[in-house]
Amino acid sequence: MDRIAFDIAHLLAGGLLLVSFMMIYQDRMFALLRVFALHAVVLSLSVAWQAYQQGAAHLYVTAAIALIFKGIVIPTALRRIVQTLGIHREVETVVGVGLTMLAGIGLSALSIVLMLRVTGMADVFTREDLAFALSVVLLGLLMMVTRRNAVSQVVGFMSLENGLILAAAGAKGMPLVVEISVAFSVLIAFIVIGVFLFRIRERFDSVDVSALDEFRGDRQ
Amino acid sequence: MAALDLALAICAALLALGPVAVMMRHRPAAPAILYGATAGLCLLVGLIGLAGLSGHGLGGGRVLPLGLPWIGAHFRLDALAAFFLVILGAGGAAASLYAIGYGRHEPEPMRVLAFYPAFLGAMGLVLLAADAFSFLLSWEVMSLLSWALVLAHHRHADTRQAAYVYLLMAGFGTMALLLAFGLLAGSGGGYGFEAIRATPRGPVVAAAVLGLMLVGAGSKAGLVPLHVWLPLAHPAAPSHVSALMSGVMTKVALYGFIRVVFDLVGPLAWWTSPAVILIGAGTAVIGILLAVMERDLKRALAYSTIENIGVIFAGLGLALAFRANGMTAAAALALTAALFHIFNHMVFKSLLFMGAGAVLTATGLRDLDRLGGLIHRMPVTSLVMLVGAVAISALPPLNGFASEWLLFQAVLMSPAIPEVGLQMLIPAAGGLLALAAALAAAAFVRIYGVGFLGRPRSDAARDAAEVDRYSLTAMAMLAGVCVLAGVFPGVVIDAISPAVDALLSGRLPMQADQPWFTIVPIAEARSSYSGFLVMAFIILAASGSAWAVHRLASRALRRAPAWDCGFPDASPLTQYSAGGFAQPLRRVLGTGLLGAHEVVVMPPPGDPAPATLAVHVADPLWERVYAPLGAAVTGLAGRMNRLQFLTIRRYLSMVFLLLVILLAGLLPWV
Repeated sequence: MDRIAFDIAHLLAGGLLLVSFMMIYQDRMFALLRVFALHAVVLSLSVAWQAYQQGAAHLYVTAAIALIFKGIVIPTALRRIVQTLGIHREVETVVGVGLTMLAGIGLSALSIVLMLRVTGMADVFTREDLAFALSVVLLGLLMMVTRRNAVSQVVGFMSLENGLILAAAGAKGMPLVVEISVAFSVLIAFIVIGVFLFRIRERFDSVDVSALDEFRGDRQ
Repeated sequence: MAALDLALAICAALLALGPVAVMMRHRPAAPAILYGATAGLCLLVGLIGLAGLSGHGLGGGRVLPLGLPWIGAHFRLDALAAFFLVILGAGGAAASLYAIGYGRHEPEPMRVLAFYPAFLGAMGLVLLAADAFSFLLSWEVMSLLSWALVLAHHRHADTRQAAYVYLLMAGFGTMALLLAFGLLAGSGGGYGFEAIRATPRGPVVAAAVLGLMLVGAGSKAGLVPLHVWLPLAHPAAPSHVSALMSGVMTKVALYGFIRVVFDLVGPLAWWTSPAVILIGAGTAVIGILLAVMERDLKRALAYSTIENIGVIFAGLGLALAFRANGMTAAAALALTAALFHIFNHMVFKSLLFMGAGAVLTATGLRDLDRLGGLIHRMPVTSLVMLVGAVAISALPPLNGFASEWLLFQAVLMSPAIPEVGLQMLIPAAGGLLALAAALAAAAFVRIYGVGFLGRPRSDAARDAAEVDRYSLTAMAMLAGVCVLAGVFPGVVIDAISPAVDALLSGRLPMQADQPWFTIVPIAEARSSYSGFLVMAFIILAASGSAWAVHRLASRALRRAPAWDCGFPDASPLTQYSAGGFAQPLRRVLGTGLLGAHEVVVMPPPGDPAPATLAVHVADPLWERVYAPLGAAVTGLAGRMNRLQFLTIRRYLSMVFLLLVILLAGLLPWV
């Protein structure tokens, strides 16, 4: 039983990492949003499995938050923003997809090697979860860095938060308050960035963040 | 305990006098009152120190609820602190008394007075501090206040430059001290001096602490190669502040060094001592060589301070070498010599700076080549300056000779050291010290001969008048101390002994029992010196010769024109100039060490313009180390400036890269 439980947790966390990789090579905005929704669904499955295994009821709440807000509300809202603003539907990347994928593989290897060594004392569930979570966080950061478009930077930021929630769910005994605050911080960040996008749009007719740089007078 | 509380109260009062000075700024009598109050408080500090040296009021500690809330500020008065309180009290009292008169000539007295008493108070707190936080805090307050005092004449561009260099060096030195205390506290993090003493540490850590202290305390004291700020900053301040900075603040820096190296850090390996000895001896030679060539009176005195600091450091290094080999008596001798010289240097360097200030008041000049003949117009100042110059040149029977004699006695103990390297190195360092002593005599013969003897070289020097009584009293008192400490050195040595005993658990034999005020550092058969007998002999021989000359020759006194070599109406400019007097030494020693060179510009034939001789003396260290370093920092800062204007995505990338690098850097450690 334990063996199967561990395998399923492993599968779900690994799936989350896989979806993170999928996000990196999306070059269409709507496809990216769909993959992000899938990311949130896999996260909520993973958290729910952790809740079942740990017998921690409050984790179900976290899973539900992840599913409803990140899996449904936020992608839908972002899709509407993209539609109403008429944002260019192509994701502009800074470096090529292949190179980004290679960097992502390196980052995953780094975080897995590091985390497995650091958490030698913890139990297997936590170890695997933490290793995958760090990879997801780093991949989210990588996505923020390699995209020019504000919407895809928002998506990268939220996938980073997903990694944090995976880590929080894997660590036993983390109080619900923290998880809810993490989820809400993402929501707030989404709202703030959404408003921010409208502002950029109003002023520059574009959500390309490099418009901001032009505004500062130092486009490079 | 009571003595400690009183000393702390006085320091607090001195710190409080700054704001009081600001409040009293419109009263014309304010400077005199404030300087008088400061002098009185300093005198009390000195008396507390003297009482402490005779064993009263030592020990015990006081924890004040200041600073970090869970630590507080620890203070303690022990024999070493008491000795330095004497230095602070005596130097501060003399400088303040002098300032009652000298301060009248200040154009903006409040620019000095707002910081002057607090500067003394901060130095007192450095001496009393018994934990790293209070020590460093007081040290930094002392540095900043002295920086503000250097800036007193801030309208001169040179002064601002000097203050800037000083501020940089002070910050650098404090950083080294911070690191040294960090190493001392170790991972346990006990910052009280008691806890630091109790912590065991390996020889490498101890040596690293010594190195950091050489940088931290050495930069404040003026060790070569960290001395560059000193000849700029000390002369830039008003003269009584110069006297304090050279006479007292460098001693507080030495206190910091002695406190850490002899007390807190514990045993040091013998191989650490050559660095201290060599740096000390080298500093002595370079410092005095620069003094010999300097035309500016106050800057020459500042360079001479560097020399004396070098002599003291050499003494401390000898004490370290002897202590590492368990030779307590020899270590006590070297440490006594160093402490004695610290006291002496406080006395005569304060005296000389005050004399330079008196000359500055009377003539407005610091350039030796425009002075001359002051002995006729300022007889008292000239007399006390003569005493100071003789004392600092280490001539018997004055105090400079006594301490340097003790130091050379310590050098002569070197054959008993087991390590061959030290056996060979210490006599070589002794040779350097002897060279420095001889050069010091040359430097002061030059300063005194060119500045005070001969005929005036400018109208200002011709019209000079004697300065006020307060200044003269202060200088005369210091000159009296020079004579007394030289004639009765045994008294000073006995007074220093408790401090030496506390650090080394050994001391020199009691000198008070010796007949004829003789001092016997080790044994009568080995060496002894009696300043009193030398003085008696000098007085007898001199009065005998004077009597014989007057008895056997004509009694008539007549004034006649100076011998003019057959050229009538010789101008005063035909006298030896300061540069001319220094020329032989500059050519022999200055060319190689300091890159001194002369440029003769001859007019073309037929042109009646005069030929000119220009002498360039530049500190090669400044050109090769400090100037490139400054340029590199400025260039780097200019390039870093571009980081202010990156795009958002680039900032994110930098954070991301740093995170990845830190994670990857963690790999080898886990």
